[in-house]
Amino acid sequence: MDLSSINPILLLASLMVAATPILLAAIGELVAERAGVLNLGVEGMMITGAVVGFIVAVNTGSPWLGFAGAAVGGAALSLVFGVLTQYLLSNQVATGLALTLFGLGLSALLGQGYIGVKAPSFPDLDVPLLSDIPVIGPIVFRHDPMVYLGLFIVLGVWLFLNRSRAGLILRAVGENHDAAHALGYSVRRTRMLAIAFGGACAGLGGAYLSLVRVPQWTEGMTAGAGWIALAIVVFASWRPGRLVLGAYLFGGVTVLQLNLQAAGVAIPVEYLSMTPYLATIAVLVIMSAGRSPGSLGKIFHAAR
Amino acid sequence: MNRRTLLATSAAILAFGAPAMAQDDPTKVGFVYVGPVGDGGWTYEHDQARQAVEEEFGDAVETVYVESVPEGPDAERVMTEMALNGADLIFTTSFGYMDPTMNVAAKFPDVKFEHATGYKTAENVSAYNARFYEGRAVQGHIAGHLTESNVIGYIGSFPIPEVVQGINAAYLHAKEVNPDVEFKIVWAYTWFDPAQEAEAANVLIEQGADVILQHTDSTAPQAAAEAAGNVYTFGQASDMAEYAPMPRVSSIIDNWAPYYIERVGAVMDGTWETSNVWHGIDEGMVGIGEITEAVPAEVKASAEDLRDRIADGSYHPFTGPINRQDGSEWLADGETADDETLLGMNFYVEGIEGDIPE
Amino acid sequence: MIALEKRPQPSRTWAWASPLLAVALTMVLSGLMFAALGKNPVEVIRTIFFDPVFSEFAWYYRPQILIKGAPLVLIAVGLSFGFRAGVWNIGAEGQYIMGAICGAGVALALYPMEARWLIFPLMVIAGALGGWAWAMIPGLLRVRFGTNEILVSLMLVYVAEQLLAAMALGAMRNPDGMGFPGSRNLAQYTSSANLDLIEGSGLHWGVVAALIAVIFAYVVLSRHLFGFHVRLAGQAPRAARFAGVSPARMILMCMGLSGALAGAAGLFEVAGPAGQISIDFNVGYGFTAIIVAFLGRLNPLGILAAGALMALTYIGGGIAQSSLGLPSAAISLLQGMLLFTLLAVDVLTHYRLRFRKRSLA
Repeated sequence: MDLSSINPILLLASLMVAATPILLAAIGELVAERAGVLNLGVEGMMITGAVVGFIVAVNTGSPWLGFAGAAVGGAALSLVFGVLTQYLLSNQVATGLALTLFGLGLSALLGQGYIGVKAPSFPDLDVPLLSDIPVIGPIVFRHDPMVYLGLFIVLGVWLFLNRSRAGLILRAVGENHDAAHALGYSVRRTRMLAIAFGGACAGLGGAYLSLVRVPQWTEGMTAGAGWIALAIVVFASWRPGRLVLGAYLFGGVTVLQLNLQAAGVAIPVEYLSMTPYLATIAVLVIMSAGRSPGSLGKIFHAAR
Repeated sequence: MNRRTLLATSAAILAFGAPAMAQDDPTKVGFVYVGPVGDGGWTYEHDQARQAVEEEFGDAVETVYVESVPEGPDAERVMTEMALNGADLIFTTSFGYMDPTMNVAAKFPDVKFEHATGYKTAENVSAYNARFYEGRAVQGHIAGHLTESNVIGYIGSFPIPEVVQGINAAYLHAKEVNPDVEFKIVWAYTWFDPAQEAEAANVLIEQGADVILQHTDSTAPQAAAEAAGNVYTFGQASDMAEYAPMPRVSSIIDNWAPYYIERVGAVMDGTWETSNVWHGIDEGMVGIGEITEAVPAEVKASAEDLRDRIADGSYHPFTGPINRQDGSEWLADGETADDETLLGMNFYVEGIEGDIPE
Repeated sequence: MIALEKRPQPSRTWAWASPLLAVALTMVLSGLMFAALGKNPVEVIRTIFFDPVFSEFAWYYRPQILIKGAPLVLIAVGLSFGFRAGVWNIGAEGQYIMGAICGAGVALALYPMEARWLIFPLMVIAGALGGWAWAMIPGLLRVRFGTNEILVSLMLVYVAEQLLAAMALGAMRNPDGMGFPGSRNLAQYTSSANLDLIEGSGLHWGVVAALIAVIFAYVVLSRHLFGFHVRLAGQAPRAARFAGVSPARMILMCMGLSGALAGAAGLFEVAGPAGQISIDFNVGYGFTAIIVAFLGRLNPLGILAAGALMALTYIGGGIAQSSLGLPSAAISLLQGMLLFTLLAVDVLTHYRLRFRKRSLA
């Protein structure tokens, strides 16, 4: 065993990258859940974003357009969920699961001609000066732009939820849709927008995998990342700040167990991999009820 | 399988028309895949071989396939379906299909089955597998020459004999050309999970590895190496030529086409017999992808020589003296490993650190 | 503008007609997709929906519908109680895995003892208990701490999956399996095998259990006090409390029941069709069963029909792949469409469409 071979600076740096796709997907789901919508179709939206982003990027040669396309694709798919749950009042759990099934199939069909194709490259953004700071520089300031965009989105969501009137309305809709409706807010419109935002973020997260992380299109490439995103939202108790912590914890356990393995430490990988989920349950228990959005997963129909 | 089932099934087949076809019908060949044909790795290569079969025999053959079939009852159903619909030969391309293949084969004595990577055979069931470790030996040889940090990273999928053979073969041949070499091994516990594989590659690079060998199927480690710069990799399952000449300097290609064409041909001319083969570089089942110009010419030449010596049988990658990790003797001087030991290989050779996880 | 008006009573006509409408809609929509893929839509739809039941080889496919449908129905019936009462167990997949692990554990511990009369019943009990215990975790946490059971039960799915991998690679690995992951084949061990009761019929103990569960659920929901309480708790929680229904007891009963049935389903699967504990043992029955429960409108007979319909699309989908060269992605897309339309048309059962001018409010 040789723990000295683990370089903590590099470990932290790779953690920021590893956490980015799940962070992106999770921040979108967080907004949807704060609006009272439980969308279990994150995996389906992510993989749709992955394939749409890849197709757009390959055909235009621009990764940025690819990410834009991924956001649009994810949002478009999420609107299927939105129409079904908000206008046709279907059950959110069942609809979300169906969305995952649908997204996995759709992405495979769309991506048929793109197997083995290489994505246009997406260079790292060396933040000038800052990236030369010892220790912190390489950890924080030498990544691709999406890593920072992900963090900016989290910051933006935090500001939106806590500092804006629209955010207040969104939270009100999520806490008690009947009361929000009585106050004259449009529950449906708010939720549709939240759902679309969730879809767009999931799409970005998926495209991060297909354009930066892998970068290639292969069927089923999200390999469960969407489900982890769902767990992180819960772990974060629906707060954007803790979401970053959660994403780093979940990403961190993977990075850490691989590091320990490479350093020759014999660890029971499966048991270590369970810990973030057990930690999530512990967090849920400690913070108890009442903190999850009051109307989460419930069907809203305004009696007229 | 008891007598009663056999009778019931035979009666059913009599009543509903036997699957055997008239002579002038094309030979029907079924393929059962564990992943999607678009996985770019394991299943993709099997499907390439299916297409090669179609190309080879044209109208004389009809191929069908079902992808993403879970191992278990679904596999059994899909195979039965193919047999009922007149398949003459069925390739089942995952280890987990072994018991389902045996079950279905017992019910359809006239249909031939070919099961990949397993160890059970029957009158109408053959097993076939590739000696991937031969390719690993060549990779180890190149890796041992290329590494400057003397740390070689290895991404394992699951701790099963096939993967352990590969690690040992690569290590022995890296060590042969570079006595200071050290292997760092991580187990990804997946055959295919791009994010996890990218992570594993990054971790190895951060811990000083400048050559990465992978026994998982996605290109994510290649991309990670490319981003890191100055790290060498090898393609796995498919050529991954899009990453050549750097970081990918060579590859192991699963090339099932020669075997599939041979076996389909045997069914056509009625010479098919059960067999249990383990093919390597010689038969073309293990392909060594082009060694790029990133490798010094003399290393390339010696690697190609090693490849050719393995292919013509003058050299076995596991030739003694080789000790087990605990220092006990495994192979005496000049002795070569027998297939049975290799197929159940569950130990590292001397010099590799760490334990194979339980 | 079209508006929805809640019906005072769910429409009986639409409750029956809407699934048919959904299937018809799916056929039209998926037909368009198949045409876009260059296939003959009529042929594809016939292959998927009719060939498993009416084709030349239907004698083989019909039993397969039972094998594929049984775990779905067994799990979905258990879930439907909770879903009616507002108890959301979405971790049936985890309970299914735990049932399989516990049941297989009994068989492997006693291997190679020959005592079917003892071992198989013990396995069934262990399987049901395993699922029950796994479901009790979110149940008790909900009752004791008010923790959201949706999320806890979902988290426990991932934990169960990791445990499954640990078992397949470690404690339960077949010592005669050449070092490959996966346990001994329980279907080949006479004391534990869950084989067809009548050869070739597909009728194994899991199918029997699923049918019993449907009948049991039907009787309980329509005749028994517990069934009445379940319905009351879902429709009018306050009234239920006045009627003396303890919410805590209701939660534990519903979680326990659904967990035990999911665990039993896992056991029947591992001892029969699947045969062994392997890393990929679970193929999503626990999640698909949630959809089946909703498609069946949480009604036992409806669930039976929905389970059969889902099983049909799996089996017909497989046939369409091998005989028509359809990609498997097209099948999951078709299933997604089917679910979407079924969920969408359900609105007609509970709501009336009203056409009226936009009000100014």
